[in-house]
Amino acid sequence: MITLSHVTKSFGPKQVLTGVDLVVPKGQSMVVIGGSGTGKSVLLKCILGLVHPDQGTITLDGQDVEKAEREAFLARFGMLFQGGALFDSLRVWENIAFRLLRGPLKLPKAEAREAAIEKLRRVGLTPETADLFPAELSGGMQKRVGLARAIAASPEIIFFDEPTTGLDPIMAGVINDLIREIVTEMGATAITITHDMSSVRAIADRVAMLHGGVIRWEGPVAEMDATPDPYVQQFIHGRAEGPIAAVR
Amino acid sequence: MTGLLAALGRPLLAVLAAFGRLAIYAAQVMAGLLRRPFYSREFLSALLNVGWLSLPVVGLTAIFTGGALALQIYAGGQRFNAEAVVPQIVAIGMVRELGPVLVGLMIAARVTSSIAAEIATMKVTEQIDALVTLSTNPLKYLTVPRVLAGTLTVPLLVAVGDIIGIMGGFAVATGQLGFNKATYIQNTIDFLETADVVSSLIKGAVFGAIATLIGCYHGMNSGRGAMGVGQATKTAVATASILILAANFLLTSVMFGS
Repeated sequence: MITLSHVTKSFGPKQVLTGVDLVVPKGQSMVVIGGSGTGKSVLLKCILGLVHPDQGTITLDGQDVEKAEREAFLARFGMLFQGGALFDSLRVWENIAFRLLRGPLKLPKAEAREAAIEKLRRVGLTPETADLFPAELSGGMQKRVGLARAIAASPEIIFFDEPTTGLDPIMAGVINDLIREIVTEMGATAITITHDMSSVRAIADRVAMLHGGVIRWEGPVAEMDATPDPYVQQFIHGRAEGPIAAVR
Repeated sequence: MTGLLAALGRPLLAVLAAFGRLAIYAAQVMAGLLRRPFYSREFLSALLNVGWLSLPVVGLTAIFTGGALALQIYAGGQRFNAEAVVPQIVAIGMVRELGPVLVGLMIAARVTSSIAAEIATMKVTEQIDALVTLSTNPLKYLTVPRVLAGTLTVPLLVAVGDIIGIMGGFAVATGQLGFNKATYIQNTIDFLETADVVSSLIKGAVFGAIATLIGCYHGMNSGRGAMGVGQATKTAVATASILILAANFLLTSVMFGS
């Protein structure tokens, strides 16, 4: 279980998070929605320790993440980045097997390659893709490779940062379905940040809306449409009029 | 008056703070050298990129500089009937100063820029963050192998540059200025001392460390977007070049000042 209590974060004079309280139960898929620039990515980076909160605490299964042993802590996570963040200088299979080629999970090269090809198949790519470089892949293929890398070491917790941004609706649907299937079959805890409502409906068990630096609303995805919260209603229906300013 | 002092003090404090951050980064790299894991594949790749692939530019720079140096010494020496010192001055000039400095500046142009641009692009595209989430320390994975490769290969490049530079001077002196080949080589060998060669190699190691360290540092601390990558690359090359020239003066003062 991931618990955030009164987490704040500023960058210079700009207060991004002003007191985030959120609980992500073990094995649940939480989707965090919110407009651009509301701090969704910062929230994920705070949990991972890539960004340090100014105040508040973040715990993973009751342990303060700031005090956790870094390598063991990070070994529990996998992350799909918005742009894929694949390493340009490494082939696709080396990207996927990155953790399996070094560190405590190190496997012989042939085994690591086989494991990478298996993950490629899992995300719907052929073994021929394994020896390509990331620059030779389309945007959708890069996302799938990023997804394969995120799940390669069978992490307990997976983060998805804008998984469908920049993809056509069909490819976005494919990625959404893959994420849902993988999270379910691995029994992983997942946090996805997105402003794509089709992703929310496909991936989420629970939804949290981040606005004004705080969680405005949180609840099961089935209750999202019925909530009277005007911020949630404006966001999920994409209305220009409402409490959320169109120009931020 | 207070305003003037503040205006002078602010940039001074900024420069001191920048040096402080760089010194801390250098100390972290040194500590990283002593701790496992060591990424041997990245080290071998850096050896290839910093050393082997820099040979053409180093060789061409050295051969033309050696040739031009021979012409200048001959022309200058004629003014006081000292044309015969061409082999000795080319040798000492190349080995003690021009070889290390020119190789250092070429490495700053070729390697520092490429390292800074590569790492800055990795930062902008979240590849550095991805490394962290894959339980890999970016400093150990990206910086340590490059700095070690620079420290080990640039002295070798300097040695090659020294030899090619001397050969450039030899080609011009014997082909154009009428020097005897055997005498030229003999004079060069007789005049050079072990200390000259050792000083050249020490300078190469220091310049290699500076060039790679600065490239990594500015790459890791780049701003956002294409402008951030461009700014990081530009600043890295300028800083590395200035630090190499400053280090050359300090090393020359220490080794030959007395």
